[in-house]
Amino acid sequence: METIKQGKVFVLGDDIDTDQIIPAAHLVYSLDHPDEKRKYGEFALSGVPIDKSGLPDGNIPFVASGQSESPYAIIVAGKNFGCGSSREHAPAALQIAGVQAVVAPTYARIFYRNAVDGGFVIPVESQASLVEHFQTGDKAEINLTDYFIRNQRTGETFPVKKLGQVENIIEAGGIFAYARQAGMIGE
Amino acid sequence: MGMTITEKILAKHSGGASVSPGENIWIDVDVLMTHDVCGPPAFAIFKKQFGEHAKVWDPEKVVIIPDHYIFTADKHANRNVQLLRDIVAEQKLPHFYDVGTERYKGVCHVALPEEGWTRPGEVLFGTDSHTCTAGAFGQFATGVGNTDAAFILGTGKIWVKVPETMRFVIDGEIPPYLMGKDLILQIIGDICVDGAAYRTMEFAGTAIEAMSMEERMTLCNMVIEAGGKNGVIAADATTEAFVQARTNAGYEIFHNDQDAGFHSVYHYQAEDLQPMVARPHSPDNKAGVRELKDVKVNRAYIGSCTGGKFSDFLAAAEILKDHPVKMDTFVVPATTEVSNQLRETNINGRSLWQIFEDAGAQIGQPSCAACLGGPDDTFGRLNADEVCVSTTNRNFPGRMGSKSAQVYLASPYTVAATAATGRMTDPREFFA
Ligand code: SF4
Repeated sequence: METIKQGKVFVLGDDIDTDQIIPAAHLVYSLDHPDEKRKYGEFALSGVPIDKSGLPDGNIPFVASGQSESPYAIIVAGKNFGCGSSREHAPAALQIAGVQAVVAPTYARIFYRNAVDGGFVIPVESQASLVEHFQTGDKAEINLTDYFIRNQRTGETFPVKKLGQVENIIEAGGIFAYARQAGMIGE
Repeated sequence: MGMTITEKILAKHSGGASVSPGENIWIDVDVLMTHDVCGPPAFAIFKKQFGEHAKVWDPEKVVIIPDHYIFTADKHANRNVQLLRDIVAEQKLPHFYDVGTERYKGVCHVALPEEGWTRPGEVLFGTDSHTCTAGAFGQFATGVGNTDAAFILGTGKIWVKVPETMRFVIDGEIPPYLMGKDLILQIIGDICVDGAAYRTMEFAGTAIEAMSMEERMTLCNMVIEAGGKNGVIAADATTEAFVQARTNAGYEIFHNDQDAGFHSVYHYQAEDLQPMVARPHSPDNKAGVRELKDVKVNRAYIGSCTGGKFSDFLAAAEILKDHPVKMDTFVVPATTEVSNQLRETNINGRSLWQIFEDAGAQIGQPSCAACLGGPDDTFGRLNADEVCVSTTNRNFPGRMGSKSAQVYLASPYTVAATAATGRMTDPREFFA
């Protein structure tokens, strides 16, 4: 696993639920058809009320209209990110839009599992909410060797938690790769 | 130290003698449930990972219940049901409740108990977050994503982190105007939407012991709205009577050890509680219904896995039998069995079905319907800026369709009382 992630930051508030990450009406598309799969990128975070989309100012679409990729590779969000349904389409949609990592103080359990086991995005836990310390469009660097995130605009650095027991799964790239490495399932 | 119910079930399924909270363990799965939204992608991952010709680990343990996007013209949604049919045929899966057949049921979390798939002491995983509903039967039940489901399909195993247990003891006698929904909205409001993150919520106390299985299901259904991993209620005579009427399969009942360790213990007295709602746009945005008596409402919805069971309609009918609705009111039985019960059960010579029709409500076909919005032609979907009072379990922005709509979650009594008056109404106004 690359232990340093860099990119532009998109900032969101608390309790961003899976309906905001990918509204239920779009779940009909197949993740296996390339054309349909792109729709998940196109509609990623489209359920966030527009005044809350891209804090602190809001009114910033995560993905420009008609596009399926977002300019933002890092999401900085408040507590309980990914609450709501068990839809794996949520972390998948973020990945399809180009997100590499989310940084939030806490996650909803199923979102966290899905992000890790599917190898979609890395759910990094910050020690405290960093929403006040980032603005949408800032550049940031996440270091998963020394466990911090740095805001390149302000130069401020914040500690993040170690990945702990799931690190092996994240490093392998998901639960299947992990189980193969561990000899639990065949090649 | 002793173990909780959840810890004992997990220990048994991990093959070990004991487990403790925080530990990551691999466990054997008794039943895997999936539906039309997550089934096709879960099987696609299964094939990709285990090979084109791979077979599921045990066809007897895989249960497939299409329920989400059923009565719609949306071609992608219909394709998903067809994909399930193809998978079932290829894998020779015996437990498929297909649309358009006699076996069709409707909402999976209500169908599972009806069909005998919820059994004390077992481990149930489902590709749906409200799989936690089945904890009402004294089992470990929780939702997972498609990748985890695919892993289970191939191996019959999955890893879990053993959760700590939060215990909610509700004693006393539940007043006639209160329902399980009021209790759980109170609790979620008290601990907030992440108050039980990663943990078990166990419900106990004399009020719980006196509850029907359906009311217990309402409690466990919404533990996910507090971030809980699973809900659990110790199986008792009520549980056993229900389970034995639905299946011949064996089961095992677990109780907390005397010295089991809990993360926290909360006490409530049933008589002190009141009808509750969750205001827009979060299930923990609690308020007593009486505080909101000036809120005007123009849509009522009674349905879903948490509020579309037979007892939910019976409660609503108690009010609507004498009071016509003053707003668009949608009634969606969770399953075909509930739908049949609406036709077969009478109050003073009228069936519940007739009562709802006479009151001016529209009755839909068993499925998830507008609980999660769905395609534009979904029955009861909020398509504009409606203010809706609903027996469902989530009111996040856009959950029931339009982002401009507002949803208040409440008990079937409160929804019916509100439908009859046009403003948020405490059902005590109808219980003289
Ligand atoms: S009724 Fe609603 S909450 Fe229940 S399974 Fe269906 S969509 Fe989910």
